Amino acid sequence: MDYIIEMLNIRKEFTGIVANDNITLQVKKGEIHALLGENGAGKSTLMSILFGLYQPDKGVIKVRGKEVKITNPNIANELGIGMVHQHFKLVHNFTVTENIILGIEKTSNGRIDIKAAAAKIQELSNRYKLFVDPHAKIEDISVGMQQRVEILKMLYRDADILIFDEPTAVLTPQEIIELMGVIRSMAAEGKTILIITHKLKEIKAVAENCTVISKGKSIATVDVAETSQERLAELMVGRKVSFKVEKQPAKLGEEAFRLENVNVMNHRGIHAVKNVSLSARQGEILGIAGIEGNGQTELIEAITGLRKAESGKILIKGADISNMDVRKRSESGLGHIPEDRHKYGLVLDFTLEDNMILENYYKEPFSKGGILNRDKIRSYADNLIKQFDVRSAQGPITKARSMSGGNQQKAIIAREVDRSPSVMIVAQPTRGLDVGAIEYIHKRLLEERDKGKTIILFSLELDEILNVSDRIAVMFNGEIVGIVNADDTNENELGLMMAGGRRNTDE
Amino acid sequence: MSKNKLLIPLLAVLLGFVSGAIVMLITGHNPIEAYSALLKGAGFYGNIKRLGDTLLNTTTLILTGLSIAFAFRTGLFNIGVPGQMLMGGFIAVLIGAKLSYPAAIHVPLAVIGATVGGACWAFVPGILKARFRIHEVVSGIMMNYIAMWSVYYFVPVLIPGNFNTESRPIIQTASLRTEWLSAIFKGSYVNSGLFIALFCVVLVWWILEKTTFGYELKSVGFNIHASKYAGMKVNRNMILSLMIAGALAGLAGATFYIGYADNIKIGMLPSHGFDGIAVALLGLNNPFGVLLAALLFGFMNAGRLFMQSATNVPNELVPIIIAIIIFFAATSLMLQTWLQRVEKLVKRNGDK
Repeated sequence: MDYIIEMLNIRKEFTGIVANDNITLQVKKGEIHALLGENGAGKSTLMSILFGLYQPDKGVIKVRGKEVKITNPNIANELGIGMVHQHFKLVHNFTVTENIILGIEKTSNGRIDIKAAAAKIQELSNRYKLFVDPHAKIEDISVGMQQRVEILKMLYRDADILIFDEPTAVLTPQEIIELMGVIRSMAAEGKTILIITHKLKEIKAVAENCTVISKGKSIATVDVAETSQERLAELMVGRKVSFKVEKQPAKLGEEAFRLENVNVMNHRGIHAVKNVSLSARQGEILGIAGIEGNGQTELIEAITGLRKAESGKILIKGADISNMDVRKRSESGLGHIPEDRHKYGLVLDFTLEDNMILENYYKEPFSKGGILNRDKIRSYADNLIKQFDVRSAQGPITKARSMSGGNQQKAIIAREVDRSPSVMIVAQPTRGLDVGAIEYIHKRLLEERDKGKTIILFSLELDEILNVSDRIAVMFNGEIVGIVNADDTNENELGLMMAGGRRNTDE
Repeated sequence: MSKNKLLIPLLAVLLGFVSGAIVMLITGHNPIEAYSALLKGAGFYGNIKRLGDTLLNTTTLILTGLSIAFAFRTGLFNIGVPGQMLMGGFIAVLIGAKLSYPAAIHVPLAVIGATVGGACWAFVPGILKARFRIHEVVSGIMMNYIAMWSVYYFVPVLIPGNFNTESRPIIQTASLRTEWLSAIFKGSYVNSGLFIALFCVVLVWWILEKTTFGYELKSVGFNIHASKYAGMKVNRNMILSLMIAGALAGLAGATFYIGYADNIKIGMLPSHGFDGIAVALLGLNNPFGVLLAALLFGFMNAGRLFMQSATNVPNELVPIIIAIIIFFAATSLMLQTWLQRVEKLVKRNGDK
């Protein structure tokens, strides 16, 4: 059989870690091939080797049947290999065209021929139905559109083997569907596509074959059409995974959390949260759904004290916390699992143990008379690490930066849950995590709920909202457009509300 | 990792001296002679007075280095050290020249005055940063010049000296010099500022590593957002951090102006202030690293003139070597890649 890419028995070792151990990947021309694996399984390393960012210690790479040495990305480009990185590499105040031709500008008499380049980009955009305006500035276009600019960059360079690194991590559900369409049409034009992902749904939707990698080894290459999601997950994680969250009926207590006519401005001074009123009871998970950028972030910040609310009341068990600073709020029983775990949740250059006490460091027993008690901190961290199964290379003295995303999130959840707040604001708790970690985090959140805590869950993932919440409020354009019971709604109805359609409630 | 961390500054120093040797060979000097003269000039053998001068140089550098390093650990670049040092020194000289007390009161008073002076001078960039988000480098540089010209104005008005360019000397009861130290080091100006500096090394280390306050400062330095999330008073911490850095710079001023110089000259910023940046960089912003780096720079500065007179190697070679050391310390990433390559080569040869 003819393979366009063959990576045979690849081994790559970093100091102390074997990232790739005898991995073999074979991709046919014109197919959509998925590379599936948990975070830290070695997918990205393998693709970085193919793209020339790393050199393999052992193994052979063949492109179109010929053995090649890809020692830098330029060679990869010459071989027709292009890569869309998870974090886009675009100049924000340049236009689409300027970004795409960057590095390969064609000049005539010392001037860049923007017109010809723009025309070619327009033509490519039309051919693959990308709808990109070559003259738009990057800062003015959506994240989904920016990704298409990255795709155009590869097409412009005549790449016919395209690598996508976690392409859907930053996209809205609608944009994901569009991306899948683009990928299919590129494959139909004869391009070979490699997708790195840990989202099974997307693999089922678009890929033909899938190579599963686990702990640096290639486990199997399977035909996607003949393999169920459950089977794929099992291959990836190495055990059975339940997708449906098992949930006891909620035992509701008294009202614990209440928002009254909360208004918040965003950093540009635009009215981002408009007259939001909500309430949640003990033992309840209230999900807040919505497309990104509809005021959720501002609302979270206003509740937790990171941003000032213009007006309105925020009540925990009847006490107004809206004029308190962050620390007072947290001492009044508010917990917060932040949306951006690198920016807010962790001090990445601190050790794991120092991160575990990030909000309690000033309290006894961690601090006495202004002096840290290192022994107590260590034993506390050790305990949480064990209890929440936070895995890291060196235990409590591991730098948070070096931990995998899933374990970083587990550490934050351990810290917050252990503080035992009566109301917990949970934002995007599973973003970028693999199925094993997601399953675990959902279980923990439900445990807290069953202990009588109140959880406000902000999530962009509809599946998560539907599976975990008891009630669901939908935010659109800064307003709550409706509140429904999780049991008698579905993805379609929520999707409609998220797009601004109000629900006809007879309440 | 931590092994490499220590290796890189050492390697930078080694490369600096090797490069200096190459320059000497090219210009027809004997590097071994020159370096042994440098060591002799710094008092490592021979004359103990010279060792005292090395320690004198080191004293001030420890404090300015600590000032930079401390602020840096909080995420701030205290480029205002020269101004803070000058103001600290000015207050100390003022107290030393104007007031008259027995030494047991006079010295502490002058030292405290210097500390407070430096801290107050650093408070300005601190509050500007906290309130208006004005970058501390911009306001720090401006404060340097304000300090320089304030001293230029106030010295002739308040404590005029024999020349227009300097103040009158302090009364000896305010001097940091002590007889027993001068006796040990045969008349060197090394003074009890050395003990203040050593005490500060331990103090800064203790604050950063052992206290809740240090934990907060480091947290703010690493990640301001997570610190806000954790409920820390980020603005207050930034101001306090700069003030402590300023206090250390003020102390540096005391060791220089009432330890070494006896009076204050107008129209110039002390060069130790900027040298502190290099000391902190080479010392990896670690208090004990700062101590070692200050010793190195201190001995090179102290020995350079002797080297020139003994071997005819121009003393300007010393700043060249220092510059090369700083260059290699600053490009630690480059050194790291080199190290990795060497490691690989060694491994490969080992396999064969």
